[in-house]
Amino acid sequence: MEASQFKSDQYVRFCPGCGDHAICMALQKAMAQIGIPTHQVAVISGIGCSSRMPHYLNTYGFNTIHGRGGAVATGVKTSHPELCVWQMSGDGDCLAIGGNHFIHEIRRNVDLNVCMFNNRIYGLTKGQYSPTSPKGFVSKSSPFGTVERPFIPAELVLGARGTFFARTLDVDMPTTVDCLVAAQQHKGCSIVECLVNCVIFNNGTHAWIADREQRAEHSIILKHGEKMIFGANNDKGLAVEIDPTTFVPRIIVVPADDPRVLVHDAHQTDPTLHRLLALMGQDRVESVEPKVESDLPIALGVIRNVEAETYDQAVNAQINEVRSKAKAKTFDELTATLEQWTM
Amino acid sequence: MQLTGNLFAQLGAELGHEISTLPDFPAEIRAPQGTLGGVSGFQVELGAEVYTPGDKADVIVAMNAAALKVCTLGGNFTRQGGLFNDDDALYHRHAIVIVDTDSLTAKDLEKAQFKTDNPFAELQIPESVQVIPVALTTLTKEALKDSGMDNKAMLKSRNMFALGLVCWLFDKPMDKAIHLLEDKFKKKPALVAPNTKVMVDGYNYGQNLALSVNQIRLEESGVRNQESGHYTSIAGNKATAWGLIAAAEKAGKRLFLGSYPITPATDILHELAGRKDMNVMAVQAEDEIAAVCMAIGASFAGDLACTSTSGPGLSLKSEAIGLAVMAELPLVVIDVQRGGPSTGLPTKTEQTDLMQAIYGRNGESPAVVIAASTSANCFYYAYEACRIAMEYMTPVILLTDTYLANGTALWRIPKLEELPDIMLQKVPSKYEGQFNPARRNDAGVRYWAYPGMEGFEHRNMGLERDEYKGTISTDALNHERMVCKRGSKVFLMSFDIPQLEVIKAERPAPKSALMAGFDERARKREKTILVGWGSTEGHLRAAAKELGCDLAHFNYINPLPFNTAEVLGQYEQVIVCELNRGQFAAYLRSQCPGLNIQQYNEIQGQPFAVKRIVDEIRRNFRI
Repeated sequence: MEASQFKSDQYVRFCPGCGDHAICMALQKAMAQIGIPTHQVAVISGIGCSSRMPHYLNTYGFNTIHGRGGAVATGVKTSHPELCVWQMSGDGDCLAIGGNHFIHEIRRNVDLNVCMFNNRIYGLTKGQYSPTSPKGFVSKSSPFGTVERPFIPAELVLGARGTFFARTLDVDMPTTVDCLVAAQQHKGCSIVECLVNCVIFNNGTHAWIADREQRAEHSIILKHGEKMIFGANNDKGLAVEIDPTTFVPRIIVVPADDPRVLVHDAHQTDPTLHRLLALMGQDRVESVEPKVESDLPIALGVIRNVEAETYDQAVNAQINEVRSKAKAKTFDELTATLEQWTM
Repeated sequence: MQLTGNLFAQLGAELGHEISTLPDFPAEIRAPQGTLGGVSGFQVELGAEVYTPGDKADVIVAMNAAALKVCTLGGNFTRQGGLFNDDDALYHRHAIVIVDTDSLTAKDLEKAQFKTDNPFAELQIPESVQVIPVALTTLTKEALKDSGMDNKAMLKSRNMFALGLVCWLFDKPMDKAIHLLEDKFKKKPALVAPNTKVMVDGYNYGQNLALSVNQIRLEESGVRNQESGHYTSIAGNKATAWGLIAAAEKAGKRLFLGSYPITPATDILHELAGRKDMNVMAVQAEDEIAAVCMAIGASFAGDLACTSTSGPGLSLKSEAIGLAVMAELPLVVIDVQRGGPSTGLPTKTEQTDLMQAIYGRNGESPAVVIAASTSANCFYYAYEACRIAMEYMTPVILLTDTYLANGTALWRIPKLEELPDIMLQKVPSKYEGQFNPARRNDAGVRYWAYPGMEGFEHRNMGLERDEYKGTISTDALNHERMVCKRGSKVFLMSFDIPQLEVIKAERPAPKSALMAGFDERARKREKTILVGWGSTEGHLRAAAKELGCDLAHFNYINPLPFNTAEVLGQYEQVIVCELNRGQFAAYLRSQCPGLNIQQYNEIQGQPFAVKRIVDEIRRNFRI
């Protein structure tokens, strides 16, 4: 299929320069690559800039209410597991007002593809801090800087027993498309954290990796089965070591030819290493004045991708099993089983 | 006690009586036994023309000192010096009171806050009340002495002795009762024999009492006025759940329930979670908002979607119901009302969510509101809610309450083919151009296209949409038109629902035509109509009959039947009786201005008592 088949007739009204434009195009490309016909795709969103996405995709779409996209998407997928269901959400929609639905769709492992646009700001309401804004962040609703600690989305996903987590960047189209395709191929709740720039209210929030000159040094694209190598000259690798006194494992940077360089295993069910990888470089966004102790790159790509039974399959299988054994399957047969008497 | 009460009610129903029951229990699961707050009760009325669970009991079974006190003082422990009085007592002056004498020890009396060792004298129970002291505990243990059961297990069967005794008192055959017990303990067959033994011993104990107590014989063939057919007894919540099942099958849709546990609505979730044989998808959501949003998702995907809750949950669902109004998706919201506001009285009944149901959303947000009025017709109105939701592409809020939900009534079991057809808003086969989710048919209703249907891809939303394209619109006049269209869709329904019919009072003809003109009260009575809605129907029918007034009872609330103003306008005064501070009265004043609307209200967490309505209305309105 062609990406153009997934474009709706609506004029895309994201701000000029907004990272959402890139994700929108990546979605159209990914959907074409996946090849599921438009009428079998449902894109559900909440409220926020990112939640306008369904209007720009020529599929079934539902732009619902703030924070509830996850619950609505769960209803769509559970009732109709044959559909391909996407959820578009932002850091406010997903992690603040919709936090409860977010952790429970992950816990249940509903087979959804969730794009969580993280620009660390509320854009549509014109610039308030969000649950991912670094501590000390000055915004219209925090004129003296926030005093709260932010969420690191990956940590929340793994804490909710997530089976799939990927991270991508608006300016890296190939990685974004790869992550979105992998999210659809994964059976279960797939979370793709899309780091997007808000050109109006939080410009440059991801500059540390978004700058073309720096990106190779500051980020690593993880690919299942491949060595963890990065750097402008592909000269660095990642290894893990255990602190001899505290027994705490940590990721370290080693030369690319070091035999300790790790091979990425996204399918490993134990999330320990996935967590360490996902947290790399997150100390840089914890606070506006970060205490950065390491030179670790920020991980992009599919960090975790494991198999587990999905809620929608399990619950429908249970219904089918009960029905296959049931004596009464219709209303009239059901009422016939009642203790009753004739008058 | 709840089990015993249900068994007795079911037995009565099987033997041809009409029944109405009122379970009344504390909110705590294991409220301290023997204390006044821990009394769990079950009230049942059997006979012919039963409209309510009854005002004052003919027979009371008090399993301990606290129950005796609660039944005698009606929960009002200090009024009138804590003595028996006709207003508060749950039984009348000539009632039979069966008391477990083994549960009147010094410790029991202390727990129930008695000051002397003679509770009967202390409460000044009149001599006309026939007290039957029975050593229930001792006799139960005696009956089970060879069973090998331990003390605790034996005590659990105490209720069955009481049931046997009551069966004798009402002259109910043991064989039917034994059959019911067997059915009840189907899954625990070991319990059948000991419980049967205790019940039969209770019955035989009654026979030996025969010299001192008269049996009560009820009028049988209680349902002689009703349609012939197959009958069963059913609780309101179960009837509601089954109404949804029937509607889904009739419409050829999968039933989807999103729900979150909340008293007193949870039994609907329980019932539907167990009905996988009927292809029901019941999801226990992470919260009330998720429950309704999942249902909206299922509706968007083409299922018959419902959510069940109580008042606090309805508050949480408000925004999402507004989404269903805006997106014009079918959705059934069941609100089993309980005492409020906030957590309020979770296990008690009230009609206080009416305004919330009609108006409790942001914006001009018309939703259909209907109310069931008996435990049995919860089935019909749940079915009707589904029919309206799908035929009008709108959310429908069905109001029931604790009283209907937990109470049981006789239900004539319908066949699916007897139930009204449900016309789905299918997209016409010759739909031209791109699908517009805002385009309406002649009745002002949009079409239901959903994922999986090729060629009808569209975007639905909570944002205002353009009338002609279905896409986002902030145009001023378009918004006004759309508001009006959503409103008139619901208003036009008032011509589709049954007209309001007055239940006419049977008034004896005046002795002489000349005198009639002078009887001011009689004249006023004829020009007065009682009005109610929802679960008070039984009580108001009985009260209207007693008063000699006409009655109009509403099941359709928004919209009202189109002839409402015309019908009520024929009366000089309209007395709206409801279990709140006048919500329906206020609504009627706004919808039918110019009527002389008076109010009779109670908010005590309990259903009306017929005698109380009659007395108060006679006194306050001089009719």
